[in-house]
This record gives sequence, C-alpha cells and structure tokens, in this order.
Amino acid sequence: MIETSTSVELLEQVEDIGGAAQPLLQVTGLTKHFPVRGDLFSPRKTVRAVDDVSFSIAKGETVGIVGESGCGKSTTARLLMHLMKRDAGDIVYDGMQVGRALSLRELRRGMQMVFQDSYASLNPRLTIEESIAFGPKVHGMADAAARTLARELLGKVGLRPETFANRYPHEISGGQRQRVNIARALALSPRLVILDEAVSALDKSVEAQVLNLLADLKREFGLTYLFISHDLNVVRYISDRVLVMYLGEVVELGPVDKVWDAPAHPYTRALLAAMPSSDPDNRTETPPISGDPPNPIDPPSGCRFHTRCPFAEPLCANATPKLSDVDTMGHQAACYMAIPGSGHSRASAKENAKKSDMGVTAA
Amino acid sequence: MSNLVDIRDLNIRFTGDRTVHAVNDISLSLGEGEVLGLLGESGSGKSVTLRALMRLLPKKRTQISGTVKVLGRDVLAMNDEELSAFRGQTVSMIFQEPALALDPVYTIGRQIAETVIRHEGKSEKEGLARALEMLEVVRIPSAKRRLEAYPHEMSGGMRQRAMIALALACKPKILLADEPTTALDATVQIQILLLLRELQREFGMSVIFVTHDIGVAIEICDRVAVMYAGQIVEQGPLRDIVRTPVHPYAKGLLAATVHGAKRGQRLETIPGTPPSLDKAPVSCSFAPRCMVAQPRCSERLPPNVQVSPDRTARCVLAEAAEVSAET
Repeated sequence: MIETSTSVELLEQVEDIGGAAQPLLQVTGLTKHFPVRGDLFSPRKTVRAVDDVSFSIAKGETVGIVGESGCGKSTTARLLMHLMKRDAGDIVYDGMQVGRALSLRELRRGMQMVFQDSYASLNPRLTIEESIAFGPKVHGMADAAARTLARELLGKVGLRPETFANRYPHEISGGQRQRVNIARALALSPRLVILDEAVSALDKSVEAQVLNLLADLKREFGLTYLFISHDLNVVRYISDRVLVMYLGEVVELGPVDKVWDAPAHPYTRALLAAMPSSDPDNRTETPPISGDPPNPIDPPSGCRFHTRCPFAEPLCANATPKLSDVDTMGHQAACYMAIPGSGHSRASAKENAKKSDMGVTAA
Repeated sequence: MSNLVDIRDLNIRFTGDRTVHAVNDISLSLGEGEVLGLLGESGSGKSVTLRALMRLLPKKRTQISGTVKVLGRDVLAMNDEELSAFRGQTVSMIFQEPALALDPVYTIGRQIAETVIRHEGKSEKEGLARALEMLEVVRIPSAKRRLEAYPHEMSGGMRQRAMIALALACKPKILLADEPTTALDATVQIQILLLLRELQREFGMSVIFVTHDIGVAIEICDRVAVMYAGQIVEQGPLRDIVRTPVHPYAKGLLAATVHGAKRGQRLETIPGTPPSLDKAPVSCSFAPRCMVAQPRCSERLPPNVQVSPDRTARCVLAEAAEVSAET
C-alpha cells in the first residue's frame, strides 16, 4: 500500500485482488496485423507487427522487452494500453478480463505508460502542474486536491514544485520533461507502468539519473514495470525477466541473467555480440550477423530468423518453432536447436553452439 | 607525423534571438591515418566543431574566430569556389540520417557519379563505373541493381552504406562522421562500424568521428577529445582516457554508463544539467556539477594541463600530474 503523507490525497490504487501469486498481467496470443495496400494489381499485404505473443508479469516484477526496430515491442505496449485494437488475444489484469470484469477506464488507472518522446507526450498548452493534475481530475478528484497531488509528485521525481509547477513543457530540458511524464503516469496511482524507450532519448548522465529515480519510485509505490528498450545494457540493469522479440514474435524469454549468460536463440546471441566492446584492447572483429532485419511486411516463413541465421537448416523455413523450455527456471526459446529431437542437426546436444561458434553468415 | 587538420583557439558563436557560445577556445589536431573521436553529450559542441571544419554553418548567424587549417590551407579564408572544390575532394562528411542526406529524386548511382564527374572531370560512363565500384567497396549486395535504386527503396543500413560510398567516391583525405551509426539497429550498427574501420585502413584516411556513445568510440577511435559545454575538457589516447580519466566530467561520463552495472546497485550519476551557453565561460563550466570543485574553480578558467606528452586535461586537479615538457 502507499504511504500517504497527511495533506495529500491520492487516488486509491486499483485493488489487489488475486494476491501475490496471481500475475498482475497475463497476455495470451496477442496478435496485431496491419494491412498495407499493395500495388494496383498485386494482392494486399500485411505487416505482422505482433504475432501470437504470450507472457505474464508477476506483481512487483520488472519485465524487459528488447529487440530491433520493427520487432513489435512498441506495438505490444500500445496493445496492452488499449491504444489500438488487437486482432486476437486476451489481456487479463490481475485475474480480471479487460472489457468484462474490468472496465477500460479502470484498466487505465491501473496501468500507465511513459513514452520515448518526452515533448510530444505533453500538452504544450498546459503547465506541468496542470498536465499532472489532469488525469486525477478526470477520475473525479477535486481541482485543488489534484494540484496538491501534482506538486507532491513533482517533488517525488526530483523537480522542485516551486520552480517547475508553472512552467510549460518547452521551458524545461529533456531529462526534466521525462521526469514530468513519470510523475504524470504516477498521478493515477497505477500498479503497472509501461516504459516504452523512456530513457532512450536522454544523454547518458541523465539516463543514469532517471534509472535511479525509477528504482526509487518502484520501491516507494510498490510498482511493477514493463520496460521496453533497444539498449541491452539498460535492460539488463533494470529487468528481472526479459523477452527478446524479432519480427513480431517472442524468440526467447527468461530471467535476465540466464538469457544474457546462456542465450539459447541465435538471434539473442547475435544481439548480445553486437554490443560495442567496452575494452579498447578487445574490439569486435567480425560482425555477429550480416544484413538488415527483413521487412516486417510478409516476413519469412517458418522461423522468421532463418534468413539471417548461421545455423539455419531446411526445417527452419518450413514451420515456426514453438517457445520451449530450456531449463526449469522459466528460460524459454523458440529455436529448433533448443528443442531436443526436433530434427535440427544441433538439437540433441545439450550445450549446443557456444559463443565462439557464432561465425559470419555467408555474405 | 604531420597534421592534416590543425584547429587553434576556435570560437563559434551563434547570434540571433539569443546568443549561444557553442564552441569556446578549442584546439585540436588530426594526424595522418588517425581516427579521432569527439565524445560528448547533446549540446557539447561536437557537431558544430565538425561542421565548422567544412564551413557548413549558416554564414549570417555564425561568428567564427581562430584558425582552422586543413593540409596547411586556411579553411576560414576560402572563397566559395575553393570551398566547393575542397568539400568532397579533400574532406567529406557522413551524417546521422542518410535518408535526409541523400537526394530523394536521384538514384544512388546517379548521385555518386555526379560527384565524380564534378570533382574529377570524368565522363558520365566513368562516373557510373566508379559508382558501381564504390557500392562494391561498401559491400552492398547486388550492387549493379542498386545503382538504379532510389534512397527510399533501401533499408536504413543499406542507405548508410550508400552514403559512405558517396562520401568516399573521390577518395578524400579526411572523413568527417557525425554520429553515423546512432540511428541504426544494434546488429546493423556494428556492421557499419567495422566497415568504416576497414575502409579507413584500406584508403589510409584520417577520420574525425563524433559520437555520444563511449562503446562506439572504443570500437573505432585511436584518440578521443571529450567535450563539455563547448570546450574540450580532456584529450588523449583512447585507451588512457577510458582506463584512467583525469577530468571529473570524463570520469563521471564513464561511470554513468550502465555497462556492467549490477542490478539493484545504484548507478553513479553526474548531478544537475549542463549549463546554458548564453555567456562565454569565465570559470570552469563543470564546477557547479563537480563533486571535487574548489573555490578557485568558479573564479577563473582552469588551465589546460599537459598531463603527459600526448594528453591534456582542462582541470586544476590535473596540475599534480603535469609534465614539465611543453608540447
């Protein structure tokens, strides 16, 4: 529960119904396809932005989603927030089916989002205090109480209310604006906060400040985070569990240390190996994979990574591998090499393909 | 080793509605075959310095003082004709957004051929042949077909390769790279970095590489200059600066990277935000954020201390490590 200081009224958090054992968010079979118009005589095409994505987020956990542009990580976030309609799939918030047991209005109180572009996500005509107070007022809080709450939250995110409350978004720096966005997300007392590349546009020294702030707020308000980023270092630092996405599908998921130390999917391995070195005497010598990610319009058949995968075999192009257990700790990967007896020549070996095997694909 | 680029006491000020002291008293040099990194956060003046080298800054609103010499010639004194011969042939530049830097209405082959025709007086046929050769050099698959492609028909990584081909078409001595990999995906970024490293060796070019990402600098630079608020606060061999930074800002910047930090452990941060640049610095610009600032730091400009023969730092703390040998 939240500690409420004497004078400040907070909106009541959406009630915890299922207790600690119930996942806060359970997503199954989430799918979103965008139709795109082809040429005059060619058939219609579809962007398979998110394809049959399932995962759950436990209470108090931080789940990271990583992947390159076009992998569907932001679309997933928008579908969870119901900012766009999904084609298929279920979203269950604390045991309650959204749209049935839980209204959209209540869901948005329990789940808030912070976007990458700190400027575009604030109304330029509202002062910072008004922006933060807006949500609580919509949910029935009196104007004066909402403003007091806004000032309190500004303090919590490290901005002095006397200095900042009456400023407009263009008058403050990017790092400060992102703090305002975080304060605004917290104004509705959510239990889940989705951070979609929330620190990506910030300078390194400011990024570290905001990451520390997020850790503090999580502790103070008992929050659960879904943290979306393309920066693997940041995701490793902040997440408990991580999902790796490629062209609309989850290719690997598990505890972050397991995934980082023993990646089971060749794409995860390539992604990790692509991080610039931090040692001047040990620079990267060969690129882990060649080529660009394919266009998500009509992605490759079977395993979508097979066109860039150094270990691809004919079966990879035929059918999509299912997300399967790698160990008993919840580490899963969608790769035939990780599925014993799948028919892939590297499949049965237990410790298949060490990192040193990661050669270059035929250029 | 002779210096290809010599910048002395460069000051750049933008005037207009408000004045911005973007670059303050910078001195830099670039040796033959060297890759120099300009490392800094947004607003530190790294891109402005790069643009000044090619005189790309808007004439009317920019005041430049100091000297910028490239191959012994004074760039600031060049007239328009000299400039257009100088750009592309002696020095060329690649940008962060290839989609904006390439002309959308001409094919890639046409754009490369045009620079060759213009600078080297070649025929159209020879120009197109060079274009094909360049696309192969930057390893664009099925290069022949790509000659006919328009920029929008290519993916981000391919466009960046095409821009590199364009920049190198006239075999410039110096390549200026303004965050060329920042907009790319991780798996593509590393490919482009390795390609640039290879081409630099192959062509024997010197490169000035602007980046905010220390990891990227580590992959490509021999020497780095760390910039803060329009000044170079520390300069020296990459290895030394990464291992034993002297200036508190360089230290903070290296510590603030999330790389390798353990979960749950607090990240080291630099408190506060960079200063506004509406006045020229009269004291250490970093002092208000510095954990080890002394009273004299906010009284006058810190000296530019020669820490070792190839290393300088603009900080009073460096004085202890100063070597007596001047230059």
